[in-house]
Amino acid sequence: MIEARGLTKRYGKTTAVDDLTFEVRPGQVTGFLGPNGSGKSTTMRMIMGLDAPDAGSVRINGRAYGDLAWPLREVGALLEAKAFHPGRSAAHHLTALAQTNAIPSARVDEVIELVGLGSVAHRRAGKFSLGMGQRLGMASALLGDPGVLLFDEPINGLDPEGIRWVRNLLKGLAGEGRTVFVSSHLMSEMALTADHLVVIGRGAMIAEMPVATFIAQSSQHFVRVRGPQLAGLIPVLQGAGATVARDDDGALSVVGLEPSTIGDLAGAHQVVLHELSLQAASLEEAFMELTHDSVEYRGDAPPLPRGSRDPRRSAEKVRSA
Amino acid sequence: MTTTVATLKRPEGHYRASGSFRSEWTKLYTVRSTVWTLVTLVVASIGVSILACAETASHWATLSAADKVGYDPTNLSLSGFALGQLAIGVLGVLIITAEYSTGTIRATLAAVPNRPLVLATKAAVFGVVALLVGEALSFIMFLSGQSLLSGRAPDATLGQPGVLGAVVLAGVYVAGLGLVALGLGAIIRHTAGAISALVGLLFIVPLILKALPQSIDNSLSQYFPSEVGSAMGSVHQQAHTLSPLAASAVLCAYVAVALGIGGWLMVRRDA
Repeated sequence: MIEARGLTKRYGKTTAVDDLTFEVRPGQVTGFLGPNGSGKSTTMRMIMGLDAPDAGSVRINGRAYGDLAWPLREVGALLEAKAFHPGRSAAHHLTALAQTNAIPSARVDEVIELVGLGSVAHRRAGKFSLGMGQRLGMASALLGDPGVLLFDEPINGLDPEGIRWVRNLLKGLAGEGRTVFVSSHLMSEMALTADHLVVIGRGAMIAEMPVATFIAQSSQHFVRVRGPQLAGLIPVLQGAGATVARDDDGALSVVGLEPSTIGDLAGAHQVVLHELSLQAASLEEAFMELTHDSVEYRGDAPPLPRGSRDPRRSAEKVRSA
Repeated sequence: MTTTVATLKRPEGHYRASGSFRSEWTKLYTVRSTVWTLVTLVVASIGVSILACAETASHWATLSAADKVGYDPTNLSLSGFALGQLAIGVLGVLIITAEYSTGTIRATLAAVPNRPLVLATKAAVFGVVALLVGEALSFIMFLSGQSLLSGRAPDATLGQPGVLGAVVLAGVYVAGLGLVALGLGAIIRHTAGAISALVGLLFIVPLILKALPQSIDNSLSQYFPSEVGSAMGSVHQQAHTLSPLAASAVLCAYVAVALGIGGWLMVRRDA
């Protein structure tokens, strides 16, 4: 269990983490979602006691990190890839960590096998690929068999097989009743892995909810309408309470009315339609919508009206759930 | 999938300093830079000492009377530390800056959140290694240097007053300077910056002092590490240098200040 209360971190005039309050519960994977630069890593370092908050506090199983009796046996963390000396072997790196918390050396061999580094355990870790570095980071996180695990962008640099492995590992750990907190800037990844979401932007809380709720709430339906005589239809739809946007290809994106209602209205006004289809925004789109105002760095493309076509968006047909 | 092991039972109590000692020892001997800097220390120190003693032995007859008055064969045979000290300093710096540059420091502090304990165990493990190497080296340099001088110029023996103490203190200086460098590394946290600061303290600032009026140089130079080290390895105290005991006290002060500030900053700063 991780509890953050009013967690705040400032660097000069920039507020990197702004009054975050959330809980990460055992037995489920909690996704920590936000655009790059939104304060995820800073928050994780504060949980680990590496960075001191300017205000607020964070507790792990009711204690500050520094007060844990056997830190590696209570909390495991993968905070950055390649957090090891390039001249030292994976086995020696893990041995040095194990010794601090009186973890038997047999466990070092065990986690090396678990993450699949058995054949390279005695090679200098500087020769590792990014993916192998991530696996070594995973091994150090699992070393003390901890009940609380933090992973900062664990799938970075992994191939598809590695990504699937991490996904299963996270779910497996949560299934064993552990607290699993994993950050990502990819909503699609979190939809597959996480049970619960903490979403931040520019260091501030945007949403905290189960993934299922997020998906349900954020699936913005709109109706795509195409035809030769749409100009006359727009005021009719607006009069019926819809929000209407005209796309570049001349089609209308209509939010707020069902396709059947739009068809009825078109028929009543004798407007010919060539297309009338229900569209749903993808999860990634919903996430971008949610965090749009809080992205730290972005190109200067102007924000588009809701429901309109956008090259960044990939509207997909509604799936029958 | 299971990651739990039945054998991994949590011991009683709290993480212990003994685990940190073992861990720091593992970290010290499992990187090549430790071996290379220690080899450099040995080769540079013995090499310079042998050259200095051979030079004096071959030119003793032609030395001026003034040079002969200040002649200290013990100090001459230990003069290689003037160069070798840089190698132990580099190792002292690397022990902590390599952790910062690679990110290992975050793994270390996650395992042992007590930062003063981390620095103290690093200092203790490295200090003991540097002391053992320094003492062994100091005796080898003394004995090989005296054997070169023997018969051609006055030489010293360990039985003479003050000689054994000078040889022992020269080895202590090696360990002390290494700890000062460790403190510098903890303060500066960047390898290049900390080594630059070390070179400045050992070589550059004393050079600048020599360019200043003699009275300033005479009063200040003796407190800089290189002069302190030379004074610790002396039998005959020269003008404007400290006595071996006073020099040892100054070295202790350097160690205390460097590690003290380093530890204080480690606690205060984000890792």
